[in-house]
Amino acid sequence: MTENNSWPLFEVFVRSSRGLSHVHAGSLHAPDAEMAVRNARDLYTRRNEGVSLWVVKSADIITSDPDSKDQFFESPKGKDYRHATYYTKSEGVKHL
Amino acid sequence: MSSSNTHITEGIEDDFASFGDVTASATRVTPGNALRPEDIAVAGEGPASDAVAEYALQLGDDALILAQRLSWWISRAPEIEEDVALGNIALDQLGHARSFLIYAGKRLGKTEDELAYWREEEEFRSAHLVEQPNGDFAVTIVRQLLVAVYQNLLYTELTKSSDQTIAAVCAKAVKEVDYHRDHAIQWTLRLGRGTEESARRMRVALADLWPYVGELFADEQLHDDVGDAGVHPSTLRSAWDEEISAVLADAGLEVPQVPDAMSRGRHGEHSEHLGYLLAEMQVLARKHPGATW
Repeated sequence: MTENNSWPLFEVFVRSSRGLSHVHAGSLHAPDAEMAVRNARDLYTRRNEGVSLWVVKSADIITSDPDSKDQFFESPKGKDYRHATYYTKSEGVKHL
Repeated sequence: MSSSNTHITEGIEDDFASFGDVTASATRVTPGNALRPEDIAVAGEGPASDAVAEYALQLGDDALILAQRLSWWISRAPEIEEDVALGNIALDQLGHARSFLIYAGKRLGKTEDELAYWREEEEFRSAHLVEQPNGDFAVTIVRQLLVAVYQNLLYTELTKSSDQTIAAVCAKAVKEVDYHRDHAIQWTLRLGRGTEESARRMRVALADLWPYVGELFADEQLHDDVGDAGVHPSTLRSAWDEEISAVLADAGLEVPQVPDAMSRGRHGEHSEHLGYLLAEMQVLARKHPGATW
């Protein structure tokens, strides 16, 4: 506990009100998940920001590789036929 | 307050319902619609009797001295997250203290600042437990456990107080104190079941602080005088004992077998620790009277 950063890192997700989804708010250190929720309450909901909290160990999150950005996210560019707006409405179709 | 009396459980906050931020909503970040100390200053009557004022002073002083003690941890806790947690708890206690002192002050003809910064040591009505030094983290956590479980039981009962302001302040405070209780329990379990060293320190802390528990539950003449506005603290002891023993058993710790200390904080007789605490708390206000920033 005296050694800096000896506690694991957790990511915090806050739901600001009923009907909205949890949004990533930041991260914090805690000795375990139970305490992480409490620390999250103190750090991220002091000003009425939330009605629900999720925490997850940062190490448990699998992320896309920043170095693979091109192969992951470049492909959809230029493929406007993947959007509904690409297509012309057929004649006589209402309510589209 | 005896449980056979008819309690005012409904609408205790009615008098104060229009205070706070009434425009608070789910989509706008606001302070929320809650009873604030400032509302007590402007609304409603003061305490109906000197006894009720004294009682409010006692509640306020416990919270004030604990807030001052806890705030020492800011920048000194084992991790910054715990730093914020203890700071939050200190601020909650300070908020409760302000509400009680403002209310008491309405009868005593004093402001909250006059009561906090210009009273002498023997005029404070706080219990000895809250003025005990922070010690190591275990001492602070044990003190929090003992006090928070007590305050949670006390404020829960006081939501039924015949004094509307005390009932309303406690209705708000009890939710916060319930969190303080949870925070202390979580740490007690972790430190008790942690390492040999953390359990040893918890045992030392329990033995050091337990002698000051008795004072919290000692009935005084004042409790007769305030009647249904207050609670005879002895009536809370068995529930407190039950809860504390369960937590300690869960944590692998024991209730220490130590005698009660002579504690007469309610009569203004304090340990040597309070003077130093007050010196630090009051020095700025006394050096620069009336200063604002």
